[in-house]
Amino acid sequence: MMATNAERGLVLPGATESRERDNEVKISVDHLSKQFDVKGRSVTALDDINITIDKGQFFMIVGPSGCGKTTLLRILAGLEKPSSGSFSIKEPDGSRPENSMVFQGDSIFPWMTVWDNAAYGLTMRNAPKSEIKDTVGHYLDKTGLTAFADAYPHQLSGGMRQRVSIARAFSNDPDVLFMDEPFSALDEQNKTLLHEELLKIWDETRKTVLFITHSVDEAVTLGDRIMIMTSQPGRVKAFVDVPFERPRDVLELRQRPEYGEVVYDIWQQLKQEVNTSAEIAKERAAAKVR
Amino acid sequence: MTQTLSPDVKIADPALNGPKKKKTKKGPSERALAVGTPLFLLLVWELLVHAGAIDARFFPAPSAIFIRMADLMSSGVLWMHIWASLQRLFFGFWLGLVPALLLGVMMGLSRPIRAALQPLISGTYPIPKSALLPLILLIFGLGEMSKVVMVAIGVFYPVVLNTVTGVAQVSPIYYDVAKNYGANKWKVFRTVAIPGAMPSIMTGIELGAGLGLILIAIAEMMGAQEGLGFMIWNAWQLFSVETMYVGIFIIAVIGYALALLLAEVGRLLMPWNRRS
Repeated sequence: MMATNAERGLVLPGATESRERDNEVKISVDHLSKQFDVKGRSVTALDDINITIDKGQFFMIVGPSGCGKTTLLRILAGLEKPSSGSFSIKEPDGSRPENSMVFQGDSIFPWMTVWDNAAYGLTMRNAPKSEIKDTVGHYLDKTGLTAFADAYPHQLSGGMRQRVSIARAFSNDPDVLFMDEPFSALDEQNKTLLHEELLKIWDETRKTVLFITHSVDEAVTLGDRIMIMTSQPGRVKAFVDVPFERPRDVLELRQRPEYGEVVYDIWQQLKQEVNTSAEIAKERAAAKVR
Repeated sequence: MTQTLSPDVKIADPALNGPKKKKTKKGPSERALAVGTPLFLLLVWELLVHAGAIDARFFPAPSAIFIRMADLMSSGVLWMHIWASLQRLFFGFWLGLVPALLLGVMMGLSRPIRAALQPLISGTYPIPKSALLPLILLIFGLGEMSKVVMVAIGVFYPVVLNTVTGVAQVSPIYYDVAKNYGANKWKVFRTVAIPGAMPSIMTGIELGAGLGLILIAIAEMMGAQEGLGFMIWNAWQLFSVETMYVGIFIIAVIGYALALLLAEVGRLLMPWNRRS
C-alpha cells in the first residue's frame, strides 16, 4: 500500500496531459476501469484509465506483460465491456467500419487463401466486387503478398502471415486501427522489415492507430505519442511525445543519438515500474508465508 | 572442428536425403507388398484346399468363390443385392448426416444447448446399435424405412459427437476476428465454425459411414428380401458357403471404396489441409 501511494504521488502530475495542440480528438477514454472475477476474488486489470487520442495519431501503449493493455484494446474494439467508465470513438462518416484489429499471434484463417483472408472484412460487409478486387490487390501488393494470393497460411512463414493480417486490417479501410502486439512473435529482422512496411502503408492513409507493445524500441520507432502503463493494476504512468518527423526511415532513425535518449528515458520509467511491481509481488508472497 | 562438423553432416544427411531416397525406393515396393501379400495368401489357401489340408466345406477354394461371384454377376442377382444395399446406405447416410451436422454445430456454438443435449447423446451412444434393430423393425416395419433408419443411427452418433468437439475446439481468436470484422451470425457459422470444425466433422463422417455399413449388413439379415446382408444370411440357410464369401468380399470392397471416396471428398472440401 505504501509503495502504491508513493507511486501515485510521483506519477499523477506527469500523467496528466498537457496538450497545446488543438487537433481533432478521435478516441477519448474516460475513467475506464475493468475488474475480473478470478475464483470469486475481484482482480483489477485496469484502474481509472484516461486517454485522448488525436485523429491521425500513431498512439503507442507500452507496459510490462500483464498490465491490462490487451484488455484495454479489446474493450475499445468492442470485444469486452468495461466495468466502469466510458470511451468514445468519433466517427465522421458512418460508411466505414469503426475499427479493425490486427491481433496478437496467428489470427488469419487457416482455411482461407491469402486473398480471401485479406478480403474478409470487405466480404463480410458485402462490398462491391470491384472494390474488393482493387483494395485487396493494392494492399497485397503493398505487403509483398501478390505472388502468394492463392496460397494457404500453412504455406507461409510467420512474418508473411502477419503481413496478411495487416493487409486484412488495411483493406477493411477502418476509421481506427487497433494493433495488439502484432510483431511480438517475429524475429528481429522480420520485425524491422515489417516496421518499415507498416510505416509506408500508414503514411498513405494516416489513419488513427492504437498500437500495443512491450517493446520500447517498437514504440519509439513507430509512435507519435507513447503511454506508459503500470502493471497490476494497470494504470497510466506517463505520456511521452516522440519528437521525430514523418515519414521515418527506421534504420536511420535508430542510429540517431536522440533516438537512444528517448528510448533511455522510457526505459528508466519502465524499469522503476517493473521494480516496484516486483517489490509488491515479493511483499505479498512474504505476507503469505507469514 | 572436424569432430563438431561430422555429427552435423550425419544429422543433416538422413533428414535431407533419407526420406527422398526412401520414398523413391520404398514407394513401389510397399505397394507391391500391399497387393502381393493378399494374393500370396489366396494362393496358399487355394493350394491348401487342393491338398486337402483344410476343409473345403467351410473354406472353399478362392477359385470356387470367384467362379460363384462370376455366376452371380452374370445372372444379375449380385447386382440387385448390391444396388439394394447401396440405396439404403445412401438414403440412411443423408438421413443421419443432416440432423447430426445441424445439431452438432448448434451444440458446439451454444453452451445451453450443449448442456441440455450432450448427456443425452453421450448416454445413448454406447448402446449397441444392433440391439435397437428389433425396436426399429417394430416401429418402421419390414420395409425399406427400417434399414435406412438403422444406417442413419449409425451415421448420426459419430458425426454429431465429432462436430460438437470440432466446433467447440475452434480457437476463440477466430470468433474474435469474425466479430471484429462485422460478420453476422450466419457468416460466423459459415466462415468460422464450419470450416474450423471440418477436419473433425470429416473424421466423424468416415467413422459413421463405416458404422452404417456394419448396420446395413445386420439389418438386412432380419426381415429383408434383398441386399448383401440378406444374401449372406440366405446363403447360410442354403449352406451355399461360396455365396457367403462373395457377400463378405463385396462388403469389404464397398467399405474400402467408401473410405477412398470420403478421403477424396475431404481433400476437395479442405484444400488447406493438405499435409501429404
